[in-house]
Amino acid sequence: MTRPPVRYRIITASLLTIAALYFLVPVYWLTVSATKNSADLFGTFGFWFSDHPDPVGHLVDVLTYDHGIYARWFANSLFYAGTGAVCATLLSAAAGYALAKFPFRGREALFNVVLAGVLIPGTALALPLYFLFSAMGLSNTYWAVLIPSTVSPFGVYLCRIYAAAAVPDSLLEAARIDGAGEARIFGGLGLRLMTPALVTVFLFQFVHIWNNYFLPLVMLSDSGLYPIQLGLTSWTGYADRQPVLYQYTVGGAFLSVVPLMVLMTVLQRYWRTGLTEGSVKA
Amino acid sequence: MSRDTLSRPEPVTPRRARRETRGPRRRASRTGARNARAAAAFVLPFFALFALCFLAPIGYALHQSLFTTERTGPLGLGGQEREVFAGLANYAQALSDDRFLTGFGRVLAFGAVQIPLMIVLATALALLLESASARAVPFFRSAFFLPYGVPGVIASILWGFLYVPGISPLVKIAGSVGWDLDFLSRGTVLWSLANIVTWQFTGYNMLVLIAQLKAVPGELYEAARIDGANAWQVARHLKIPLIRPALVLTGVFSIIGTLQLFAEPMVLRPLASSIDSGFTPNLHAYSEAFVGNNPHAAAAEAVLLALVACVLSFGFLRLVGGRTKERG
Repeated sequence: MTRPPVRYRIITASLLTIAALYFLVPVYWLTVSATKNSADLFGTFGFWFSDHPDPVGHLVDVLTYDHGIYARWFANSLFYAGTGAVCATLLSAAAGYALAKFPFRGREALFNVVLAGVLIPGTALALPLYFLFSAMGLSNTYWAVLIPSTVSPFGVYLCRIYAAAAVPDSLLEAARIDGAGEARIFGGLGLRLMTPALVTVFLFQFVHIWNNYFLPLVMLSDSGLYPIQLGLTSWTGYADRQPVLYQYTVGGAFLSVVPLMVLMTVLQRYWRTGLTEGSVKA
Repeated sequence: MSRDTLSRPEPVTPRRARRETRGPRRRASRTGARNARAAAAFVLPFFALFALCFLAPIGYALHQSLFTTERTGPLGLGGQEREVFAGLANYAQALSDDRFLTGFGRVLAFGAVQIPLMIVLATALALLLESASARAVPFFRSAFFLPYGVPGVIASILWGFLYVPGISPLVKIAGSVGWDLDFLSRGTVLWSLANIVTWQFTGYNMLVLIAQLKAVPGELYEAARIDGANAWQVARHLKIPLIRPALVLTGVFSIIGTLQLFAEPMVLRPLASSIDSGFTPNLHAYSEAFVGNNPHAAAAEAVLLALVACVLSFGFLRLVGGRTKERG
């Protein structure tokens, strides 16, 4: 293959660099600002450090403010996202596997209902869900956020596609002839063969729950149950009266973004392989 | 925001669809019964929760939207409350509420500008990254995708600081060259929100498109190049038509996402007086439920919102679907 002319390469590189600046500068600003105190946040130039940066001290302030409420929010987020994503992955795997591998009456109808679920706007559902849960006495509990997080129509969709392509019928037949029960076949064979799809479903559901704002906002009124996002917006709400909260919001935002950045790097790889395998393997 | 759950593209090829429906051959009715029992056990947990979290709320909202609360106390405050059937009155009220309709108009204008911009940007970046002349592809890909990992609320807080005078280095830089930037005025705030959404989701859409580009066999490009097509012609006549399904999907999911616009204006509200409680339909429904204490009206508005989202996405699918079919 011939190498493209230098002129093309220079144009390509400059366009990509400009785009990278657009996407990275806000993150850079956040990093720099997390090292500043309140006065410097307003008083110094935003794209450069103040004369006395103190990232560790400021982040400790964030973590200890109000009896460590930030740490609690962080733990809540981890709990909602971790538990929710594990349950969602297992439920999706079982349903997707059955929809792909067991011919039963009404199968296509069920699958179409799931597809419709993928297309329903999440926030159009959140309000009705709140009315329903509050009628059931579930609002303002961990369950209110956790239960809806365990349902991933997209996960079922992906698992069905993947199981159909990656779990051979002959293998299932062989296991049945050997006398294995359906649950064992699913646990021992199905789940193992579906692993790449399951990783994708888990990571996406994790990020989705972690990023969700509307559902916890309508469901929760007790700040001890808040996930991070909700906690941080409650801080910005008080920042007018307590300006130090601006600094804590910036520091808290920085802390909350770091683990996701790490996850994103991992996610990107899995997600791309998941997607391309899904479309190539058929 | 849950745009992320929704925006998962997965092209289904006819070949794969056929294979799926074939399934194991049925040998005896005993096996069939065993199959059905096993299938039910696998499918039931998901569908029970799906019914609780998707079907029941929709039913409940439909039901609630048809009722209204009648208060018998003086001035309609306090006293006894009871639910009375109201027919479509809540819908009529929502549809004649200027602020609700203005909110709809606002998000439609927002989408009409932001979605094409974002998709064009995502396509351009995907093509640039996939072109042979790109260097340091993994770095750029990660850099573009990074904002997707920043929750909408954090992104809005972040950009909020970059918009608000006093903190924003952008306003400061513009001011030093005599340019009086105001990101939060009545006329500009909608586009400042559009910028936040674009910043967050361009990289995600770009990855969707790259995944589809990668699925195209390389010989196709080779053949085009041997035929003497330059990079631009290959992109215009070969790559863009080939990633059309992915483009359609990103379009549909962007439409759904736009109609749900909530976290961004909600977070910027304390900073921008031009954002009121009816700025977007979702914000309007939220404040109707929690500030106005009128769950019935809010239910009607949520139902209308879901309806418009469905109509627009299916309309869009039909619009572009017809042309895709001609192509075979």
